[in-house]
Amino acid sequence: MKYLEEFRDGAIAQRIAAEIRQMTTRPWAIMEVCGGQTHSILRNGIDQLLPPEIELIHGPGCPVCVTPLEMIDKALAIAARPDVIFCSFGDMLRVPGTDRDLFRVKSEGGDVRVVYSPLDAVALARKHPDKQVVFFGIGFETTAPANAMAVHVAKREGLRNFSMLVSHVLVPPAIDAIMRSPTNRVQAFLAAGHVCSVMGFWQYPPLATQHRVPIVITGFEPLDVLEGIRRTVRQLEAGEARVENAYERVVNFDGNQPAQALLEEVFATTDRAWRGIGVIPQSGWRLSDAYGDYDAEDRFDVRDIRTVESPRCRAGEVLQGSIKPTECEAFGRECTPRAPLGATMVSSEGACAAYFNYGRVVQLERVVSA
Amino acid sequence: MSTTAHDVSVSEAAAPSFEGWTCPMPLRDYPTIVLGHGGGGQLSAELVEHLFLPALGGADAAALADSAVLTLPGARIAYSTDSFVVRPLIFPGGSIGTLAVHGTVNDLAMSGATPIALSVGFILEEGLPMATLARIVHDLGAAAREAGVRIVTGDTKVVERGHGDGIYINTSGIGVVPPGRNIGPTRVSAGDVILVSGTIGDHGMAIMSQREGLEFETTIQSDSAALHTLVAALLDAAPGTRSLRDPTRGGVASSLNEIARASNVGLVVREESVPVRPAVRAACELLGLDPFFVANEGKLLAIVPAAEADAALAAMRAHTLGRDATIIGEAVDTHHGMLVGRTGIGARRVITMQIGEQLPRIC
Repeated sequence: MKYLEEFRDGAIAQRIAAEIRQMTTRPWAIMEVCGGQTHSILRNGIDQLLPPEIELIHGPGCPVCVTPLEMIDKALAIAARPDVIFCSFGDMLRVPGTDRDLFRVKSEGGDVRVVYSPLDAVALARKHPDKQVVFFGIGFETTAPANAMAVHVAKREGLRNFSMLVSHVLVPPAIDAIMRSPTNRVQAFLAAGHVCSVMGFWQYPPLATQHRVPIVITGFEPLDVLEGIRRTVRQLEAGEARVENAYERVVNFDGNQPAQALLEEVFATTDRAWRGIGVIPQSGWRLSDAYGDYDAEDRFDVRDIRTVESPRCRAGEVLQGSIKPTECEAFGRECTPRAPLGATMVSSEGACAAYFNYGRVVQLERVVSA
Repeated sequence: MSTTAHDVSVSEAAAPSFEGWTCPMPLRDYPTIVLGHGGGGQLSAELVEHLFLPALGGADAAALADSAVLTLPGARIAYSTDSFVVRPLIFPGGSIGTLAVHGTVNDLAMSGATPIALSVGFILEEGLPMATLARIVHDLGAAAREAGVRIVTGDTKVVERGHGDGIYINTSGIGVVPPGRNIGPTRVSAGDVILVSGTIGDHGMAIMSQREGLEFETTIQSDSAALHTLVAALLDAAPGTRSLRDPTRGGVASSLNEIARASNVGLVVREESVPVRPAVRAACELLGLDPFFVANEGKLLAIVPAAEADAALAAMRAHTLGRDATIIGEAVDTHHGMLVGRTGIGARRVITMQIGEQLPRIC
């Protein structure tokens, strides 16, 4: 496949990995921000090619994982209503709320549907004027333009039976919060390529300068990730802290400006709770006042639902990179993809599930050393 | 029969075309299934007589009795059952009718049996267009004839509208296992070689791209096929074959995990050597799915002694259903009970069984 196969070449991967090994003189902790990168690293075993000095910390960039429990409970309350068709991206269905998940609501008679595009939910609203169609609008800047477009189209068409439960989160405030954390160990970032395809990377130079941290815009195929790591390590070894773009075939400085204009119209920045982390100021989007009528939280009166997370789940520390999933007491015991305690065990992009499925678990360490 | 062809699609404009099928007698002019078709009375009898028996391969008198009496050569009998619930009912490369035959025939074939006879049970939803039913039953009959198995007994029930997905089918089948043949998931040992008979993920992605309305430059066709003749050719060439599986739901990953556990061996697969059609790979990329977990309906995994691997490969490639057969890995004496993939960049990953359904990733 064009633009994919070329970036999976095993021989070139080995060559870049050899270069990284050669230039690495001491330990470095690098955070890959995006869940898609975590997935690729573990799916392809990229970490196994790196020298032991390089530690990859899996960042909070999985939208499924950072969506707060409270928001899941709101989704469950709305989805259980008989007058509602509740639409969501697939992997949100298994995220546990306080006492059940969307699969369970579906089995109990709720009309819960997996859609690939929020515009499919708008089409459902057109088709079922007697029903309330609600889309669960989660994700980073990557999914935001499509979600914004769905609300925009609904408003343009005057579709009064469409609304969105919005829990959007933003990357730059998260990077800022991680760097400000007193327990932070992250020394460099692989920034999320897809986020930057929308937003460009004009937001990042101030962060790199202020926190003296290298930020390399990185893609998702094995060679993309390795190249991102190579450039990051080169900066770290040279004592530099710049923004570099290692995903030039997709990302430019300004980003997708029509998309950004739409985002500005439909959304407004707001404080946002991140599951396991807490509230990060100005780190999310809500619907702007002009689109407030389409906010499902108000339409279904769920704004007051408040929830407390399980104390046994250490997803917050995992998401901040302060522990590895395997250091959690519950990992692989009370908490598995089958019966997840926290969202990081649910999504295939979640750091805990990625560890469990693709295994930097004990067994694989045996395999690799065998 | 002197009656003219009964065009069942007349009042069902959106119904699939059903070229070539003729009903010898009008089915009381019902364009759709009504509850009475399952009532055991005249309507039921007409459905059996005028649709099922002709479509399913001849008016076998045995099929009208309460049970079929069969004479089987040999004494070792393989017996299997499978139920079919699929949406859409008709898809590129087949229908629920072809699946109902291929699924059970393949389950029999995977134990080395020669399939002999099938039963078929239909659960029809009130309102199912007669033309759709006719197409499906015709597909089922044609698939059975092509596979050389007889459909010897059957049953039909009708459920109220809203209580079914159009049509559910159950088939059970029996087959004869030749003396001395011993194939099963527990027989694999270190050193054995893993083969796949062709490209993986075709069926699952054909269904999914229809269901999600995804359009690609080429339509992905289901691989639905009866594999027993491929198995026969394979077993002639590699009589020591340890284990056979058709990787349906859960895909290659689940089947190999089951074998690794049952035999308590490690299995290693070189991911790049597993054939995947470009369109299937593209669809998987788009939806965030892994072809290792996607269903197949016309592929098999064979684990054979290393000494017979070349012969097994050659025999499979000589068969039309095994043209793309490939050796993809081997059994090893480490990581017992686990499946490990060697990735394209030369690293390894544990490939686990999936939990429940494979969910598309968000981004």
